[in-house]
Amino acid sequence: MLSQTVNKKGVVAKRGLSLTRLFKPLVFIVALLPAVFAVYGVASSQFVDPVETLLKITGEWGLRFLLITLCVTPIQFIFKWGGVAKLRRMLGLFAFFYATLHLAIWVVLDQGLDLQDAVNAIVEKKFITFGIAVWLGLLVLAVTSNRWSVRKLGRKWKNLHSLVYVLTVLAVVHFVWQVKASELLEPSVYLGALAVLLLWRFLRMVKR
Amino acid sequence: MISGLDTLGNHNWTLAMASKIRSSEITPESVFRERRLILQAAGLGLGASASTLLPFEAMANAPLTGDIEKWPGSTDEMQTSFEQATTYNNFYELGTAKGDPVKNADKLITEPWTVEVGGQCEKGGKFALEDILKPHALEERVYRLRCVEAWSMVIPWVGFPLADLLKRFEPNSRAKYVEFKTLYDPVQLPGQKYPVLEWPYAEGLRIDEAMHPLTLMAVGLYGKTLPNQSGAPLRLVVPWKYGFKSIKSIVSINFVEEQPRTSWNISAPREYGFYSNVNPEVSHPRWSQAKERRLDSESKGFSALFSDKRKTEMFNGYADEVASLYSDLDLKKNF
Repeated sequence: MLSQTVNKKGVVAKRGLSLTRLFKPLVFIVALLPAVFAVYGVASSQFVDPVETLLKITGEWGLRFLLITLCVTPIQFIFKWGGVAKLRRMLGLFAFFYATLHLAIWVVLDQGLDLQDAVNAIVEKKFITFGIAVWLGLLVLAVTSNRWSVRKLGRKWKNLHSLVYVLTVLAVVHFVWQVKASELLEPSVYLGALAVLLLWRFLRMVKR
Repeated sequence: MISGLDTLGNHNWTLAMASKIRSSEITPESVFRERRLILQAAGLGLGASASTLLPFEAMANAPLTGDIEKWPGSTDEMQTSFEQATTYNNFYELGTAKGDPVKNADKLITEPWTVEVGGQCEKGGKFALEDILKPHALEERVYRLRCVEAWSMVIPWVGFPLADLLKRFEPNSRAKYVEFKTLYDPVQLPGQKYPVLEWPYAEGLRIDEAMHPLTLMAVGLYGKTLPNQSGAPLRLVVPWKYGFKSIKSIVSINFVEEQPRTSWNISAPREYGFYSNVNPEVSHPRWSQAKERRLDSESKGFSALFSDKRKTEMFNGYADEVASLYSDLDLKKNF
């Protein structure tokens, strides 16, 4: 549906595609920078509490990439730039990439691979339960993000992938829940961004 | 009669300490004397008159002069480096991120500095910092510091027992608690422009906790005067409690009858109790307190990622000295 609407504006779509061709490798590299920065920071002993810092960096970027992924459709329509849609899957996979690093760092480095401790924490601390739920959901979306799955699942694919809205809400809750009352500014910004993105979609749905 | 005051003249704790001191920690007197930090007068000459003091910008991180006794109860665990301890701080008045306080440190002016002492005591009043410090011999004590956020450090503090200071003000029998406050000045402490906590930062101890021989009033660390981000010029160090109890940059000491209100307890009463003794069995609502990440000078590069988390000890390993303070208290309820 969406791609058709844009394709009608042939010229715009073409220009968008060529821009995307330039952009995609560049966006890929930029999206990797937080991970590069994190590895460099650890190697050069810049983080006094490296495990905590890595958890923070990967968690924040996982959530940011979820929100960035949700910006793709509004950008596509507001700026009439169809090509940006080509970035959607990659950006979503980066959200999964950082979320996976986040989980792996927590299990291996923070919990010291003590699975009993990890399971207890997942059961006892609700914000961790939410975090695990988000990662499992992202896993499903990442596994079904290839063309074969899109074809195979047909209409169901779109329904399945609208799960991303729920997962983003849960991810923001996961973040808000674990920060101190005094550090609510950053999660509030994400919450605000999420509200705007959802409102935009809601208004568009109502208009139709 | 305040039961807490009984501990004033009670030196049982030294016996408990002595039994814990390893033979490797006992140093021959000759070596001990050599090791005393007798550093050249580059800065704060404690006991010197105020007029000889340099402006504080010049004295921050200055070596402390004069004899500093090495306290025999110090832990011999691997120490945190000076850089780690002074670049990773929770001092919200200078910013909420761990790296903020060192960046904003020069906004705080600690010269001159006045401490107001009041409440249930005979000899309160306003005191210049020099008068607060003058009678006290400094000693170096290496304590474990356990943050409520599940990380810990090992820091050589320089200071003197808080009890020695408090006794000078002659608290009366109604002094059941001691309340401390940090400087309130949103220009010098720009974090106070934001309502992240109730300002000024307030902390408190039961009088027997305040008078306990382990409770230290610190003026330095690593043989130097306190850098501003570490709570210059005067801060508390209560090693068996979570770090936030050890209030920084103190300007007010008040002897009170009722348990004082404390900033973190006001902010989140279910998360931060008045006592806040280090207790591996009472988990924070959002994380376990059973283990801690030790941040010491060995935690460098990639190997820092794989250092084992150590088990957090009851009262941060100071149970022999302080557990008796809480013998009739349910520590799960009074966390």
